[in-house]
Amino acid sequence: MTRELLKGNEAIAEAAVRAGLDAYFGYPITPQTELLEYLARRMPELGRAFVQAESEVAAINMVYGAACTGRRVMTSSSGPGISLMQEGLSYIAGAELPAVVVDVMRGGPGLGNIAACQSDYFQVTRSAGHGDFRPLTLAPATIQEAIDLTGLAFDLAERYRMLVILLVDGNLGQMMEPAESPPFRQREPSLPEWALGGAEGRPPRIITSIYLQPEALERHNLALQAKLAAIAEREQRSSGMYLEDADLIVVAFGSAARVAQNAVEAARARGMAVGLFRPITLSPFPSRRLARLAPRARAFLVVEMNAGQMIEDVRLAVGERAPVRFYGRMGGVEMLPDEVVQAIEQTMHDTRVTKNGARRLDVEVRS
Amino acid sequence: MIAETCVYERPVGLTAAHTHYCPGCTHGIAHRLTAETLEELGILGRTIGVASVGCSVFAYNYIACDFVGAAHGRAPAVATGLKRVLPDRIIFTYQGDGDLASIGLGEVLHAAARGESITVIFINNAIYGMTGGQMAPTSPPGMVTSSSPGGRNPQQMGYPIRVSELVAQMEGAVYVARRSLHNPTEIRKAKKALHLAFEHQIAGHGFTMVELLSNCPTNWGLTPIESLRWIEERMIPVFPLGELKNVGGGRLKVEG
Repeated sequence: MTRELLKGNEAIAEAAVRAGLDAYFGYPITPQTELLEYLARRMPELGRAFVQAESEVAAINMVYGAACTGRRVMTSSSGPGISLMQEGLSYIAGAELPAVVVDVMRGGPGLGNIAACQSDYFQVTRSAGHGDFRPLTLAPATIQEAIDLTGLAFDLAERYRMLVILLVDGNLGQMMEPAESPPFRQREPSLPEWALGGAEGRPPRIITSIYLQPEALERHNLALQAKLAAIAEREQRSSGMYLEDADLIVVAFGSAARVAQNAVEAARARGMAVGLFRPITLSPFPSRRLARLAPRARAFLVVEMNAGQMIEDVRLAVGERAPVRFYGRMGGVEMLPDEVVQAIEQTMHDTRVTKNGARRLDVEVRS
Repeated sequence: MIAETCVYERPVGLTAAHTHYCPGCTHGIAHRLTAETLEELGILGRTIGVASVGCSVFAYNYIACDFVGAAHGRAPAVATGLKRVLPDRIIFTYQGDGDLASIGLGEVLHAAARGESITVIFINNAIYGMTGGQMAPTSPPGMVTSSSPGGRNPQQMGYPIRVSELVAQMEGAVYVARRSLHNPTEIRKAKKALHLAFEHQIAGHGFTMVELLSNCPTNWGLTPIESLRWIEERMIPVFPLGELKNVGGGRLKVEG
């Protein structure tokens, strides 16, 4: 395998193909359209299914139908399209079907703009549709990681019969950097024991998400929650740097984590004991590791390209053990490392240990 | 000794479950015709049905093949996903008028335009049944429903949509027929239409749809007998019966 200069959206598409993608259904929207365009050529040449749907609503329902057979299926979109897909996402979750959705985030709310943003964090991790569920959410920070996590997304979707969302921002979708595509996975298409394929020689199977009796629906929901709890136990993923001696830990994901990394390096060069914690799974949030860091760190600074969404998960993990501050830019404005360094300095200053040993009160810091 | 001859029994395509439909409702007839057709064509074991939202949401409890329940109106998209990954299977949707003609109009038109090789069974009873009798896009002018209490006034509430005529215009649609379930003659024609639709699908010709005019005694506020008369007198003039399209493998070839 060789490293090539790859564009994020196309790299994800090719990674999905090599992970054994059987069918793709999608609809154009910036900044993810290259994903659809790439697969429009690639899937038919491999004899696999590709449909440009009439809407995101139709696309996700095609995914729902194809997923009933246990095949590897995917769609991709951006915030406004993900909003339209929420109906189907909820049905996929309710029926416990394996499916992968790529959300290449843009600025919102509303039509917003097509610049890189991280404004879909709540939308995706909190529920992604009506009802009561959470999809597994993976957030890469480099194109190589996006490629690797695409393969993982299909494995996790299949292992847990679960909706997996690859949460990418417009930067990662649009930029190019050197990366290596994985080898082709050989997969024999087979119908899993739960899947639909025609009832020849066995009793008919039904895939549905309707449970009219409250007790039956509660049992179903409890089972879904138990699965989520097992996933939360096993699948928390994160990475970090300079965490051993960090007084201040910056928490960031995706493109914001790359800016934060530069800022952390710059702060270190100036003698500040700063570390970086980067969640890779946003749901389940890597709260175990973060909670372990909380007693040692003096403060946490959450850096996001939104109004402060992941900060809620950080606060839940850290609790009262350390102050949690926020720095962010919105609307597709990308923060510069210098801004983050300033926020780091400010946070360090504001959270100095006072004479009597108590920490100073946490005050929100915004640009 | 008198020889017993069974002339009429439960098709293997129907389960033994008692249906939840109201007394006199023709859903039961449509289910039976569908089950008989799948059985007679020998495709029951490789058929996957897509159930809709509405009265027929539990169709999968009665028709004995694999089934998936779709979101409101989305059955043709769900069927598309199934057909594209399992092209050798027979895929059909079973949808009411609220599902297909209102929220799902886009999905059915585009599935027809793409020429998806699926079969749509469209139960048109001119009203929303499950939610308690609201006006549908197929309600004839003057029809009194819970959301058109003074009768459907076209100036204010629009005109009924003739879905089969719309679908028949799509090049990807190869077989479109509108039949009725209000008398034995029409029921036999409906069965024939279902046969033809599935035969086209088996041959891989393209999109097929059978619209079946049906009753809703409960929400129409009529006895079963009166409701069958209402189909004849009030629905058929708005939704004329017949075969709107039957072109076999005759999809236009794109040159160049």
